[in-house]
Amino acid sequence: MKIAIPVDEKNMEANVNVSFARAPYFLIYDTETKETIFLDNSAAASTGGAGIKAAQTIVDNKADALLTPRCGEKAAEVLKSADIKIYKTTFASVKDNIDAFIARKLSILDEIHAGFHGQVGN
Amino acid sequence: MKFMPDFMDRLVINMRIAVLSGKGGTGKTLVSVNLAAAAQTSTYIDCDVEEPNGYLFFKPEDVQEEEITVKIPKVDNKLCNGCRKCVDFCKFNALAYVKDKLIAFEELCHSCGGCIIFCPEKALTEKERIIGKIQKGTSDQVTVYTGILNTGEASGIPIIKKLLDKNKPEADKFTFIDCPPGSACIVMESIKDADYCILVAEPTLFGVHNLNMVYELVKLFTKPFGVVLNKCLDGENPAEKFCLEKGIKILSRIPFDNELGILNANAEIAVKESGKYRDIFACLLETVQKEVLHETTSNT
Repeated sequence: MKIAIPVDEKNMEANVNVSFARAPYFLIYDTETKETIFLDNSAAASTGGAGIKAAQTIVDNKADALLTPRCGEKAAEVLKSADIKIYKTTFASVKDNIDAFIARKLSILDEIHAGFHGQVGN
Repeated sequence: MKFMPDFMDRLVINMRIAVLSGKGGTGKTLVSVNLAAAAQTSTYIDCDVEEPNGYLFFKPEDVQEEEITVKIPKVDNKLCNGCRKCVDFCKFNALAYVKDKLIAFEELCHSCGGCIIFCPEKALTEKERIIGKIQKGTSDQVTVYTGILNTGEASGIPIIKKLLDKNKPEADKFTFIDCPPGSACIVMESIKDADYCILVAEPTLFGVHNLNMVYELVKLFTKPFGVVLNKCLDGENPAEKFCLEKGIKILSRIPFDNELGILNANAEIAVKESGKYRDIFACLLETVQKEVLHETTSNT
């Protein structure tokens, strides 16, 4: 199973980023093969619709689940269309969250926020 | 050759005057409504589409409404081959492609139409989405236009475009454009075709800061302009000081006055109720006319 996590740095010692859509990188982790891929998040600098673009990246990399502290409603809609489950991270470290996920200790993220709009401009 | 060309007469009478300010509550509506009423035969356009309130004063009759729509893409997933040219093109990330289906996020779309042009399969077509409406009515000899943006919409610019497009200058008419507050895109759209800009300012440091924003804007647009000092009290007026320092023409001084406050709070038009304000706004109207004439002659 492939899981995606927004991360601060491109290594396994990194912390989970506080934001999904605006995270600098994504980790795609394969729980069977232990393979790790770090992706640049091209959505991070978007003026608007970053969640949609970030979610598209997760979809395109064929993740089955996203582990994130928070997620906006448009990103959630894209992920839902792709049947990608969203789990809430409970630790700062990426590793701890992966372990918790494998141990089935992470719960589904049910607080989907309405996004941080208003900086979009006219 | 005639002493004064015909067009000059027409230009002077056919004026589009935009009233703007860097913040809300300075008196844009007070000034534009009372100028329109003082001019008698005129057109008043409320471009403050997020919170239009000029109609509260005019109480227009015979109101006609027109819905304003923007064009957004509609996808035929049977024709879409998943090439994603549209997704990559959209700068607003309004499109996503998931599980062989294109998803459009309508509220993020800025109606540029690029996705439709780029689609090689002709899978995208236009559909209309309502974002608000405009109302047209009459109040004595004033034609009153009101733009209304629906709650939650991102941009009122399509409504302002329609409001101003409908109001090409007609013979012997003044047009007063009551602008939205601030100095962003929506204000630029409102003043774009104006012949003259009136900046309304409050006598506070905050007022000066906001006056400076619109001052920079009208300079950027190279519009002729002047300032109306509103809520004037005895003592130092920072906005007046700013005007004197920058050499900005002060068109009028409106006092911070109980009588005016009561009239305004009761949604009454001051020039219709008070001789004092009839004089103040008639005088302002004349000053603005002279200013526009001066601009016209010095630029011709």
